[in-house]
Amino acid sequence: MLVTVTVNDEAVTVDVAPRLSLADFLRDNLRLTGTHLGCEHGVCGACTVIVDGRAVRSCLMLAVQADGQSIVTVEGLSEDAGLTPLQAAFRKHHALQCGFCTPGMITTAHALLSEEPDAGADRVREVLSGNICRCTGYIPIVEAVLEARAAYLDKQGAP
Amino acid sequence: MKFPLFDYACPTSLAEAVALLHDRRDEAMVLAGGQSLMPLLAFRLAMPRLLVDLKNIPGLDTIRIGAGGVGLGARVRWCDIEENAELPTAHPLLAAAIRHVAHYQIRNRGTVGGSIALADPAAEMPGIAVTCDAEIAVTGNAGARVVKAADFFLGPMATCLAPDEIITQIRLPPWPRGRRWAFEEFARRRGDFALAGIALFYDLEPNGDVANAHIGVIGASDRPHRLMAAEKAINGAVLDAAAIAAAADAASSAVDPMADHHAPADYRRALVATLVERALARAAK
Repeated sequence: MLVTVTVNDEAVTVDVAPRLSLADFLRDNLRLTGTHLGCEHGVCGACTVIVDGRAVRSCLMLAVQADGQSIVTVEGLSEDAGLTPLQAAFRKHHALQCGFCTPGMITTAHALLSEEPDAGADRVREVLSGNICRCTGYIPIVEAVLEARAAYLDKQGAP
Repeated sequence: MKFPLFDYACPTSLAEAVALLHDRRDEAMVLAGGQSLMPLLAFRLAMPRLLVDLKNIPGLDTIRIGAGGVGLGARVRWCDIEENAELPTAHPLLAAAIRHVAHYQIRNRGTVGGSIALADPAAEMPGIAVTCDAEIAVTGNAGARVVKAADFFLGPMATCLAPDEIITQIRLPPWPRGRRWAFEEFARRRGDFALAGIALFYDLEPNGDVANAHIGVIGASDRPHRLMAAEKAINGAVLDAAAIAAAADAASSAVDPMADHHAPADYRRALVATLVERALARAAK
């Protein structure tokens, strides 16, 4: 089936099998391997991408379901090769070790802060509860997200 | 795991969707948000040959609030309920219960109709439907019909839906002002399936007695159901400590919990009593 989606601001049309997950579509067809696949059944959150502004699990969605929609992956968050303020905060707070869960953490936190730049620690913890990290113990991740709020609040104030 | 092979159809009308389901009724399944169906496919617990996606069928994603109660279109997502400004007053029990459904990303795609159709015994939405005497509107090849929630759920993952029937709307009766209510559930991690949960409401007579008590349980039987014995224990009574204890006692005797690797049956039975106590105490505040 032909699927037309916008991925990181670029329109693409690809012929895919109906059973192809959005995650595999992004990784295998588009070679956007920043999206990681952990459990492949909606438990770990590593494959989180942003579809029409909302964080979703790309392993629980078919590529054909995304037809006509706009997708942002971790590759699409920064306009140049540098780190976004959120990514820089992850680095500063040692919010990653092995890095496998990180793309899902970053996309989830980005979707949250884009909507709720004043989210409190409880809200951040609740939202990230669907993302599993086996390295950090979560505390530095929450600290990084809380610090990144300032950048999103500034962005909201900008025209 | 990767999904099994299937065909995919994305009809633009309910009639077209029903016709597809009817033509291939032994091998087709309905797809809405997919947040339960996709894991079932990944585990090969479901192997449909055709998925009929409801995403382009108009009118199924509407929340209607009026004198007749609350109507939730089958494709209304958890995040739609969460973000609706009227629901916390129009149906506070629904709004409170839905806060417990799954995690952030799942809530952005999971749907009311999908949860009702899946009929997981621990799921919140079926529990709210049964507790509130909801009606479930469905459309199939034989026409449209409305099923009472109490008759809809037959067992774990089993409903009275015919293979060619599609849920279109869940209708919750009007919520009078002043109604007392509470929702309590216990899960090891917020957003995970409940080990048990209690949804309840009651009205107050002018003299302060409890009337019209509805107490529903999830996660402690093969399907969501009302705890009539516990309701009887408080109907017509003043809700004091003795009445609450009697209701909790009646509730734990009335459930038939399953044992699994999360908790033994006795634990769930004790949990039901505790949750009824907590919920009644919270509702009475």
